Amino acid sequence: MATFKLTHVERKPMSFTMPVIAVTGSIAGFLVGTANGSGLIGFLAGAAIAAAVAFVCISFLSDGMEKLGRWGLFAVLVAIGTVMGGALGFVVSVLFGAFFQWFIYWIGEGRYRTKLAPYLTPGQVLWHFSFKFICGSIFVFLITPILVVMPLSFNAEDFFTFTEGMLRFDPEAYSLKHYRDFFTNNEWQRSFKNSLIIAPIATVISVTLGTLAAIGLSQSHVPGRRAIMAVLISPMIVPLIISATGMFFFYSDIGRFLEGTIGIDKTTVGYIKVILAHAVLGIPFVIITVTATLVGFDRSLTRAAANMGAGPVTTFFRVQMPLILPGVISGGLFAFITSFDEVVVVLFVGSASQKTLPWQMFTGLREQISPTILAVATILVVMSILLLLTVELLRRRSERLRGMSPA
Amino acid sequence: MADATQSAPMQSAPVQTGPMLAADGTPLKQSLARSLRNQKIRALALIAPLLLFVLLSFVIPIGQMLFKSVENDIVADTLPLTVAALQDWDAASGELPDEPVYEAFVTDMIEAVAAKQHTRLGTRLNYEETGMSSLFRKSGRQIRRIDIAEDAPFKEKLIDINEDWGDVETWSVIKTHSVRMTNGYFLNAVDMKRTPEGAQSQPEDRQILVKLFIRTLIMSLAITGSCILLGYPIAWIIANQPARIGNLLLILVLLPFWTSLLVRTSAWIVMLQQQGVVNEILVWLNVIADDARLVMIRNEVGTIVAMTHILLPFMILPMYSVMQTINPSYLRAAKSLGATNFTAFWRVYFPLTVPGIGAGSILVFILAIGYYITPEIVGGTSGIFISNRIAFHISSSLNWGLAAALASILLAAVLILYWAYDKIVGIDNVKLG
Repeated sequence: MATFKLTHVERKPMSFTMPVIAVTGSIAGFLVGTANGSGLIGFLAGAAIAAAVAFVCISFLSDGMEKLGRWGLFAVLVAIGTVMGGALGFVVSVLFGAFFQWFIYWIGEGRYRTKLAPYLTPGQVLWHFSFKFICGSIFVFLITPILVVMPLSFNAEDFFTFTEGMLRFDPEAYSLKHYRDFFTNNEWQRSFKNSLIIAPIATVISVTLGTLAAIGLSQSHVPGRRAIMAVLISPMIVPLIISATGMFFFYSDIGRFLEGTIGIDKTTVGYIKVILAHAVLGIPFVIITVTATLVGFDRSLTRAAANMGAGPVTTFFRVQMPLILPGVISGGLFAFITSFDEVVVVLFVGSASQKTLPWQMFTGLREQISPTILAVATILVVMSILLLLTVELLRRRSERLRGMSPA
Repeated sequence: MADATQSAPMQSAPVQTGPMLAADGTPLKQSLARSLRNQKIRALALIAPLLLFVLLSFVIPIGQMLFKSVENDIVADTLPLTVAALQDWDAASGELPDEPVYEAFVTDMIEAVAAKQHTRLGTRLNYEETGMSSLFRKSGRQIRRIDIAEDAPFKEKLIDINEDWGDVETWSVIKTHSVRMTNGYFLNAVDMKRTPEGAQSQPEDRQILVKLFIRTLIMSLAITGSCILLGYPIAWIIANQPARIGNLLLILVLLPFWTSLLVRTSAWIVMLQQQGVVNEILVWLNVIADDARLVMIRNEVGTIVAMTHILLPFMILPMYSVMQTINPSYLRAAKSLGATNFTAFWRVYFPLTVPGIGAGSILVFILAIGYYITPEIVGGTSGIFISNRIAFHISSSLNWGLAAALASILLAAVLILYWAYDKIVGIDNVKLG
């Protein structure tokens, strides 16, 4: 893509380059200036320095000398930043340096036009890049909170905030103690184990029942299909607090029956209750994903299998299942993450011995805020990245299997 | 079919007189109907286990829970004689009930105290009139010592035990709430109360629930609105990039979607608290003074920001799936016909994306209006939703009737939206990544 040029690119006049770079420089200068006392001085100095640097770079250090100009600018900025602001200054100046060494040439040489249609007016070009900037900001909004949690989980202090030492990149200020706490503390370990017991079993139940029902729903003649679908999807739609209170009363009756009449011990009954409750919550996700896979399923394949003498069970396991498997697995992952991440229902239905990881985090967040939560959060983020990648791969596989072009 | 063959006598094939037959000799119509019936039965048999499971363990329990909002057996069951005796008494007269009522009440109470039911009754009536709980608890201990056969008359004695029994108000509350099916909880849920004179509004200082409903509504709208504003550009850019980049960006959107809710909520605490990332950066940039840090958490702002972040993927995904299908040449055609950028977008592209916006908005609004966890953690007192109030009444104040009434109203709102969603988008069109 990089070599592809839609528009002829030429060097811009200095009357364009210098003001643009000056404006950018003034923003950077303002940021540095306010941090050091005076925003106004920083603003003016930033504008002046940036304009001068742009002039020097484009006039003298361009064409064959561009590499030298880029690295030179970067090195000078980083050196100044490190001398002035220590470790933090180093980081800030690396960011600024990396940005300006690219930005000056990008503007000055008119390269920003490369991928744009030649007939665009300057206003449209400006809008194009403003729009990209807005989108970038929204992505920052989406991702930053998740990334911020990670470094903070290595905090050596018991705070939820960045300490002075962390900002100076002092190795002393970082530690693994919150991870140690998570792996050694009984409360956390027990809740983690509970989550690992409850989520997989609930997933198996919702996947088994959900897949069967989805296959049933995809048949051509199902009386009341819409109404059935509405009922099966409803656990996703009904506010969790309402589901939780409804289940609370229902499962306390069931619990009494299982304990009193049948005589199962209390802990097992507790697990059964939570597992069944979570299985219901996972069902809509299984139904949705499996139904989506079945939409592209070629019905004549089952008829062909039957024609060749396969019974319904063989047809299902040998023909239909392999084809819809990606959908089933990603539905299962959705159901798993739903159960693994569920607080409200388990708070109402479960008792202390079924305390799950999210429950423990919830009480932690409400009562004593400990950075162990952040260590757990980091582990969970890594886990969700893995799950997400799995689902993405499965989706592509499913599209390949069904002969669709990979989107 | 059979008629068609009969009306074609010129054909050389032998004319079939009866109905058309299937291979096994049964009439074709019947055979087809049977096979269709079998298909239906097979499909239903596949669906049945799950449907039964969901109905039994989800739909019916919720229905039962909601029924608690009108159920009010406790007064009539605990004080059957009193309720009967109070039938003829008119609270509006301003006079105390007569001796028979007091006698009936003492009889009922002696039995209730023996069964330890009187405190529950006191708690129930306390929701309507503060002080009833302690009145029943304290009086219960002394009524136990009364001998029903010898100690008549009871009126004086009861008023001696607690002067509240000489208050018309007390009897009026018992009478008003003695019906077996009450609208009292629903009236409470909209800041009114059931009185002998009909429904009346609560005193000013107890009117909090309608405000809470309105706040839930406004905040859910604010969240939906900010999701539209933030989601639209993102959906557009994902739909209009080459597939490789678009997929990468889609993964960035899905990452928050797959990350634990509690992780995201705690991340927003880290970001927004007084010593949090946002405040630290603003202080470092001297935008705000160190002693004037912004309060962004445990109030409405925290809830709206955190929930916008949490629900944003639910807006982006439906928008994206709609925008993906819009042919980019429409925009070019509009422009070539002389439309400005804005006109081309507003008159051509935007109307085509309205279904996506509608689908996303309803979904986000439905999810937002019933949210519990995030407002509970980052909402403080001013950023909570009606769900938090329901949870409070279920687990702390134990006023299940009121909780059920609030839940019914919330559920009704959600189901109306769900129905609208089904009509407009169709529930089988929900996409998850």
